[in-house]
Amino acid sequence: MIPDNKPDRAARDRIWAWLADIPDPEIPVISIVDLGIVRGVSETDGGVEIRLAPTYSGCPATEVIERTVVDTLRHKGLGDVTIRRVLSPPWSTDWISADGREKLRKYGIAPPAGSASKSELLGPLRDIACPRCDSRSTRLVSEFGSTPCKASYKCDDCLEPFEYFKCI
Amino acid sequence: MDDKKRLTSYLLRLGDNALILGQRLVELVAKGPELEEELANANFALDYLGQARLFYSYAGELEGQGRGEDDFAFLREEGEFRNFLLVEQPNGHFGDTIVRQVLFDAWYLLLLEQLADCGDVRLAEIAARAQKEIRYHLRHCSQWLVRLGDGTEESRERVQASLERLWRYTGELFADDELDRFVRERLGGPDPGEIERCWQARVAAVLEEATLSMPPAQWMASGGRSGRHTEHFGYLVAEMQYMQRAYPGLSW
Repeated sequence: MIPDNKPDRAARDRIWAWLADIPDPEIPVISIVDLGIVRGVSETDGGVEIRLAPTYSGCPATEVIERTVVDTLRHKGLGDVTIRRVLSPPWSTDWISADGREKLRKYGIAPPAGSASKSELLGPLRDIACPRCDSRSTRLVSEFGSTPCKASYKCDDCLEPFEYFKCI
Repeated sequence: MDDKKRLTSYLLRLGDNALILGQRLVELVAKGPELEEELANANFALDYLGQARLFYSYAGELEGQGRGEDDFAFLREEGEFRNFLLVEQPNGHFGDTIVRQVLFDAWYLLLLEQLADCGDVRLAEIAARAQKEIRYHLRHCSQWLVRLGDGTEESRERVQASLERLWRYTGELFADDELDRFVRERLGGPDPGEIERCWQARVAAVLEEATLSMPPAQWMASGGRSGRHTEHFGYLVAEMQYMQRAYPGLSW
């Protein structure tokens, strides 16, 4: 059908476009393509294989995302759809697209700041800009929020709480 | 024992540590000292459970007898679990929980960093994924240890007592047996001696910042690796396995 390495670009782009319409179940304004979860698309006998990178080891959305990908592509008539979980290299917030970061910010979630390097993870906390008023007078309330990937912050200027998508 | 069996047993040890510690942290849900800490512990538990699932799934495939993650978690007897005694210790008060977390995560992070470079591709992948999560655990819990140690007289006294109570379970983390040697020699895996040296240095640094004293060298408890657990373990396993035992084949 439509492997990445064949020149049938229009067909391949179509699959990627369908995948880009699949939202993250927890943060519906951002797609699984924006999040960098989709690692590749290739042809199999009678269908396609989609390679996905799980975000956190314990992320409860992983299976939901896989089922949604299968259901969506089957519904588009793609025959046999298989998912392959790719653990290596491990998913990183560095893979979130610039577009994705902006969508997060507009939704009220501060996007990851800096890179996911080891020194960053063990180093001092950065100043995070408030997604509503852009102030840098914000403070960490808790390293953990409603999901493992987010921390809880509060803005000292507009006084609103917000979540921050942590670098990992 | 052939290599596949050795690797399966090694994976089960890792899965058991993650599962049991995850189970302990799940006990804190609706009982945390404050909402943010409850969220933190629930998040840690989720990380551990996710890692346990990855280790168990791989072990099940290698074993090739049709056992999966649920069989390992819910249908084994106490003596079959191979977790460290440290992770099955009760949550106690917040200081006990934090000390247990720091002592274990400081070891676990070092282990994962080395396993991420080992010769078994899938094990290395799981370790590479997990180490990023454990870094957050260690950062959070080390900061709490410093606050509790360098806090009030009462908080320091209590958390020093936690340290004294749990120290005897740390020796087991560095034992070097046939499975460790197999992973080191055949897969280029971690060296327990080196991990112990790094662990001592990291723990010493946190304790110093927390104005706590490192307990003296002492007799160390062991037995987890051979399935001989402390008196707490039976209760934990009974609660964890109750639903599956009462309603065999139950699924969500």
